[in-house]
Amino acid sequence: MAMLRNITIGQYVPGDSWIHRLDPRTKILATMALIALLFLVQSFPGYGFAALYVLAAVYVSKLPPRYVIRGLRPLLVIIILTLTLHIFMTDGRVLWQWGFISITWEGLVRGAMMGTRLVLLVLGTSILTLTTSPIHLTDGIESLLKPGKPIGIPAHELAMMMTIALRFIPTLLEETEKIMKAQMARGADFESGNLLQRAKNLIPLLVPLFISAFRRADDLAVAMEARGYRGGEGRTKFRELQFAVRDGACLAGVTVFTVVVSVLF
Amino acid sequence: MSITVENLSYVYLPDTPMQKQALFDVSVHIDDKEFVGIIGHTGSGKSTLIQHFNGLVKPTSGRVLVDGVDLTQKGVNLRAIRRKVGMVFQYPEHQLFGETVFEDVAFGPKNSGVPDAALEDRVREGLAMVDLDLDVLRERSPFELSGGQKRRVAIAGVLAMKPAILILDEPTAGLDPRGRDEILSQVQSLYQAWDLTVILVTHSMEDIARMAKRLIVMDHGRIALDGTPQDVFSNADKLRSMGLGVPQVTTLIHELHRRGLVQRRDIFTLDEAESEITRVLELKRHGNA
Repeated sequence: MAMLRNITIGQYVPGDSWIHRLDPRTKILATMALIALLFLVQSFPGYGFAALYVLAAVYVSKLPPRYVIRGLRPLLVIIILTLTLHIFMTDGRVLWQWGFISITWEGLVRGAMMGTRLVLLVLGTSILTLTTSPIHLTDGIESLLKPGKPIGIPAHELAMMMTIALRFIPTLLEETEKIMKAQMARGADFESGNLLQRAKNLIPLLVPLFISAFRRADDLAVAMEARGYRGGEGRTKFRELQFAVRDGACLAGVTVFTVVVSVLF
Repeated sequence: MSITVENLSYVYLPDTPMQKQALFDVSVHIDDKEFVGIIGHTGSGKSTLIQHFNGLVKPTSGRVLVDGVDLTQKGVNLRAIRRKVGMVFQYPEHQLFGETVFEDVAFGPKNSGVPDAALEDRVREGLAMVDLDLDVLRERSPFELSGGQKRRVAIAGVLAMKPAILILDEPTAGLDPRGRDEILSQVQSLYQAWDLTVILVTHSMEDIARMAKRLIVMDHGRIALDGTPQDVFSNADKLRSMGLGVPQVTTLIHELHRRGLVQRRDIFTLDEAESEITRVLELKRHGNA
């Protein structure tokens, strides 16, 4: 059950930092700028600047650094895999060799770069979700997608689907934990046995979980209809998104920084 | 079988911004064959406390002993403990999964190593304790039963394991008055027929007052009151300050007592109140005559 608690995807940590107060659109654009930057720079000083950018964001967000770093844990396997593949599979100046396995200088460099890129990517994007409530996030995405409406992008529907999906992640996790406990109280075992046995043992967990997910979906649909929901057409908002001076300042700063660093390095 | 809890503290999601301490230094002993009611407001820590009793939740500090076995020690056979400490969760019908009623009720005993030949008897017995007949329900899908029947099948799934301690977390939540009375009287007769230790978690004072011989009141992760229903309900003001109350008849009796009309204050069932009030009225009539 401990594993369920390590999932920080979509997790929002309420706060009152400068980053928390930014318009969600600003944060989404700044995150996209970081992603672009990470794929444009090709040298270590470039990654250094990108790291500086991420660290500054963590500092300003006032999030506990240990909590932000914890978000990397589920990706540890992927990061280590990338590192090893690059270290052993790249041709170049051989540093060490044993049979057909060899480590090259170029491999080390590439591996380190890829690893840094992945770590910064995850950290940077998790700052976005950690400081933005799901409602704000989807409002921001809807607003940014709106220009695509004439070419058939259903901005409102996509945003609504995202809101609902994000909203139900913690609910379903909680439900999973509850059903797991109830079945464990009846002697169920989710931790031992071979692969086939384990898959079979999941049935007492999955069947009730699916039933409850459908029940919740049904309830939600009825509740939405009862309140007259009929899509985004002509819908007004209780909280309007509004760009402030700090958003302009942030976007200008981020744009200049991204362009300069990616051109120079 | 007895349960002893020593200096139990539990912190939920430690080292995260959502960190929250749910239990503070709780110590309590529940004796063999006791019928204990645990009451408390939502979030008072009562569900967290009972989930320590069969090792589903590990204490942050402190010890939990079931029948002398320390659950916090490494290498404890938790499955054996969970066979002896049966736990019925809130809305137990949400855990049903079997294709047939038989399969679902047999899940627990099967996991605890009951041989196939004996399963039939276990299932029959479990269902009988909640007034259901195996011969009628055997091949039925649990999902096509009524709400009250689903709940009883789920409870039978725990009873079929023949636990020595039965813990029920709000077993009557969401049931109509008739369903509630049925479940409670079944618990009562189980307690007598099987010599069980019963721990009943609820926030309905009416239910608990007439069944439990001992009440434990939880408030903000601590034990606020612990004693007989008489002791606990004499603290009406303290209970109210914790967002709880006393049974409605007790409020009435307290008011009558305040006006000097009855002598007793320790009444919390309708039957008792009725006989006391009739007694006082009889006395009065004779006094006037």
